[in-house]
Amino acid sequence: MQLFIEQVLNGVGNGVVYASVALALVLIWRTTGVLNFAQGEMALFSTYVSWWLTTSGMPVFAAIGISMALSFVAGAVIERTLIRPVEVGRSPLNVVIVTLGLFLAFNSLAQLVFGTDPQKMPSPFPRGSIDLVAGAALRKDTIGLVVVLVAEVALLWLLLQKTRLGLKLRAVASNPESARLHGIHAGRMLMVGWAMAAALGALAGSLVASERTGFDASLMQTILVFAFAAAALGGFDSLVGAIVSGLIVGVANALTIQYVSWLQGIELILPLGLILAVLVIRPTGLFGRRTVERV
Amino acid sequence: MTALLELSEVSGGYGPVRVLHEVDLRVHEGQVAVVLGANGAGKTTTLRSVSGLISVDGTITFDGRRIDGRSPETIANLGIAHVPQGRGTFTELTVEENLRVGALGRRDGRVAEDLDRWYSVFPRLAERRNQDAGSMSGGEQQMLALARAMMSRPRLLLLDEPSLGLAPIVTRELFAQIAELNRSDGLTALVVEQNANLALDIGHWGYVLEAGRIAVQGSAEELRGDEDVRKAYLGF
Repeated sequence: MQLFIEQVLNGVGNGVVYASVALALVLIWRTTGVLNFAQGEMALFSTYVSWWLTTSGMPVFAAIGISMALSFVAGAVIERTLIRPVEVGRSPLNVVIVTLGLFLAFNSLAQLVFGTDPQKMPSPFPRGSIDLVAGAALRKDTIGLVVVLVAEVALLWLLLQKTRLGLKLRAVASNPESARLHGIHAGRMLMVGWAMAAALGALAGSLVASERTGFDASLMQTILVFAFAAAALGGFDSLVGAIVSGLIVGVANALTIQYVSWLQGIELILPLGLILAVLVIRPTGLFGRRTVERV
Repeated sequence: MTALLELSEVSGGYGPVRVLHEVDLRVHEGQVAVVLGANGAGKTTTLRSVSGLISVDGTITFDGRRIDGRSPETIANLGIAHVPQGRGTFTELTVEENLRVGALGRRDGRVAEDLDRWYSVFPRLAERRNQDAGSMSGGEQQMLALARAMMSRPRLLLLDEPSLGLAPIVTRELFAQIAELNRSDGLTALVVEQNANLALDIGHWGYVLEAGRIAVQGSAEELRGDEDVRKAYLGF
């Protein structure tokens, strides 16, 4: 029983990370209609920046904050210089290819700039744990992660649903041409979407790295697969869906590793299987909205 | 009388394909001008060139200012509202959010007042204010498109084939509404339409496009009264 509870809590800890990366994916998807395969590797680079700032003695929260701000700017620059020029071709595949290129580029660049040795990202949260029932313990950094995620979602939701900027972002995502005919600068909004997603990725990457004993350039790769599974399960356009599904995927993964011994070493089957199952059985996901087109 | 919108020798199209050939067209303040013509005559292209969605040769002036070569965003913010074919619905947004998008360019604090107004003009929209706009019928979406455009308090309304895909009774209702707006608010509009009979009912001046050129123009009464024009171009 104790083992079971601990595995569930572990899963929640991982799930929160999957959820934050899934949030960034959903944000770009909702504001620009593009799946950003480079989301994880952009976050990896940002994580290295956070880490590098802490090595010069900067407090961890400040380092993450600065890294988020830099990522925000970098996200905007990437959209403007690399994504926008190929979007003119009108085929969404062009953008997908560019994001795949960015995936490789950022991974290599991170290794080139910061080296291939594993590094230790300090945690912004207090150490230790709180004892629960049945001898299970809840790690304080897991609580910290959950608090950060809840705050992140609340802010995002407020931004998208309650502000003029949010309305513009959603209008451009829904119908770019119509948005332009209403005087909304579609290009600017796409840039803002990329910028915000890059900042969210920086936060998620830095926090997950701080949970590990060490991280290297492979940090975000499996996480991205799990985040895609979470986003697909959540229906891609739902913020809440991304969160709940992130937690589901995290817990399911932790329990699989613990109790299904023949899956050891090939746990990635779980998220991939989930993506497949969702696409086949319920393409709109658990929380997604069915798009209805009328003539 | 100077025109609010004036196209002079406008040519243009999509890439190498020229659709419009030296089109001259005027819309006067407070009037409804209609552009008639068969499929592929260049009606939609005419509107798209006005709102900056395609680049053109020739000059387009709005309220004395050159607008050809400007971006759609800039042109929209000058006070031209374009209801495109397909109605431009933001399907994932609610009906009310759609209307608010229409008012995003305004900062006069009277948006709520206008919302109430359009809800009373189109009660169906009020009933469905919190529903996804994509779930509505074609007719309801066309009403939404008109209301959304009006939320920007445009100086010029461009309407692309409002009757397309609508039941005849819904179409008549919609045209009656446009005529009423023209009378009550002095709305200036350029309406592109295949249904010549309906369009000439609400229009002051008509143009007939044929293969990208203005073939005939005249007041609505003149066009309606000219048997040759009716037989050759208007089909009624």
